[in-house]
Amino acid sequence: MARIIVVTSGKGGVGKTTTSAAIAMGLAKKGHKTAVIDFDVGLRNLDLIMGCERRVVYDFVNVINGEASLNQALIRDKNCNQLYILPASQTRDKDALSQEGVGKILDELKRDFKYIVCDSPAGIEKGAHLAMYFADDAFIVTNPEVSSVRDSDRMLGILSSKSRRAEQNEEPIKEYLLLTRYSPERVKLGEMLSVDDVQEILSLHLLGVIPESKSVLNASNSGTPVILDEKSDAGQAYSDVIARYLGEDRPHRFIDDKKGLFGKLFGRK
Amino acid sequence: MLESVQLLTNQISRMSTDSQQNIHYSPVLEFKSSTFSVPVLVLAGNDVITIEQQLQEKIHQAPEFFKNSPLVFDLQELNKHDLDIDVTELTRVIRKLGLLPIGIRGGVAQQNQQALDLGIPVHSGHIARDGVYAANQSGTGAASTATSSAPPKQQIPEPEPMPEPQTVAAITTMITNPVRSGQRIYASGDLVILAQVSAGAEILAEGNIHVYGSLRGRALAGVQGNTEARIFCSDLQAELISIAGNYKISEDLNTAIFNRPVQIYLQNHTLIIKDI
Ligand SMILES: Nc1ncnc2c1ncn2[C@@H]1O[C@H](COP(=O)(O)OP(=O)(O)OP(=O)(O)O)[C@@H](O)[C@H]1O
Ligand SMILES: [Mg+2]
Repeated sequence: MARIIVVTSGKGGVGKTTTSAAIAMGLAKKGHKTAVIDFDVGLRNLDLIMGCERRVVYDFVNVINGEASLNQALIRDKNCNQLYILPASQTRDKDALSQEGVGKILDELKRDFKYIVCDSPAGIEKGAHLAMYFADDAFIVTNPEVSSVRDSDRMLGILSSKSRRAEQNEEPIKEYLLLTRYSPERVKLGEMLSVDDVQEILSLHLLGVIPESKSVLNASNSGTPVILDEKSDAGQAYSDVIARYLGEDRPHRFIDDKKGLFGKLFGRK
Repeated sequence: MLESVQLLTNQISRMSTDSQQNIHYSPVLEFKSSTFSVPVLVLAGNDVITIEQQLQEKIHQAPEFFKNSPLVFDLQELNKHDLDIDVTELTRVIRKLGLLPIGIRGGVAQQNQQALDLGIPVHSGHIARDGVYAANQSGTGAASTATSSAPPKQQIPEPEPMPEPQTVAAITTMITNPVRSGQRIYASGDLVILAQVSAGAEILAEGNIHVYGSLRGRALAGVQGNTEARIFCSDLQAELISIAGNYKISEDLNTAIFNRPVQIYLQNHTLIIKDI
């Protein structure tokens, strides 16, 4: 059975696209046929991170409007033949997406693919809503700061009440926490929330902690998802995430200090 | 036998009425079932003058609490020891001290009749038939809250509720998932939440609210004006708490009470937050 994964956050700029690219590549590298869709219509980004921006002919909106077939629009990744990218349109606005249209495309993809990764735009408006609506699993990307955590919490509320699974009273979306741009030093200085702080607020299954890392910028500059940089801390952290998602038990890495801002504020042990 | 007045506050007395069905015209009234918390005056002696003196002392300790407070008097202990009391006289004394008797409990037939003649309802729960008591009395004594100069000489047996009038349970809404920021839950009866309530979430109930996870959002109990409603939570970190419109925001809360299991209730229009 195919699974639809939404990578979402509420807040912008926390690492959704970086994460979508990394996990799509990670799943494909494990031999699962995977598609990754850019829902950020008007601000396309994913194709840059995936390094396929110069091979875009048709996009998501073209397919919804019936101007191109899915096969015409899907771009096969240059590094992994199990991975396909469905880019967003840069020239349209968000209203070009419709629930019915998105549903049809996802149904079609489900016949062919094992995993479908949906890179959500920021916010809780239409684009973000459509990205999560059909999801089976949700990766909640959160940065260790209060506003990001609050937005993630808000998004979790939306997932549990406004998704297709919620509306049809099916088993709820499986929610996973991905803490990104984590910096143990800054946690130690009390400038950031710790893993424990975030988990206490969100009470969510922690799939992984991605450290703040220069390798992410390098990866996006070169158009290769950071998970392919096996020497980098962020790349290894994303590999752990994929292993855990696929059922492997791996200890968490890249978490040094445990006491964060909250611990200081409220004087917890 | 030593006379002492035991004042048992907050013994919950359950009263209920079944709502009537088959009404053929548009209803102008409705029966609802509610649970109230009423002080129960448990008498261990039958000398009305002594009762008056000791009751006066108690009231002196917390005049605001007792002012116009409803009261149920319990004669079970007396009757168990065959001590009769003049209900008319007792009622007169209670009223004189500013309390409003709203019920008799544990009385014998004649006492009950006297109460009824004075417009005081008879509460079942343990009905004494001419001084003969049911044998199935449990020994659970309720603790006395008002500090008593004469320590209770014995635990007052709290009888097993006999065929208590079936309390019609108000509808309870149960939530097992976290209530997230931006979500709002309204319950027309009691609200029980087995998970956390996030900051930015809002939970409202016409009745009581129970939260067994962390309460970080806004919790409003008794939203239709029920001042007896309470909030119970195992970890208070709320942004706002309110009972029947009397509210406190996070800033007003003493941080010493945070991160603790507490109950919140209303007393003289003031929110009281107490450790559980
Ligand atoms: N682990 C990391 N370490 C360092 N920088 C990171 C990390 N993750 C993401 N970034 C940087 O943060 C910025 C935002 O990342 P990204 O575009 O993935 O976020 P987004 O959530 O998709 O943003 P938007 O909401 O605009 O779609 C980028 O410049 C990216 O390089
Ligand atoms: Mg993005």
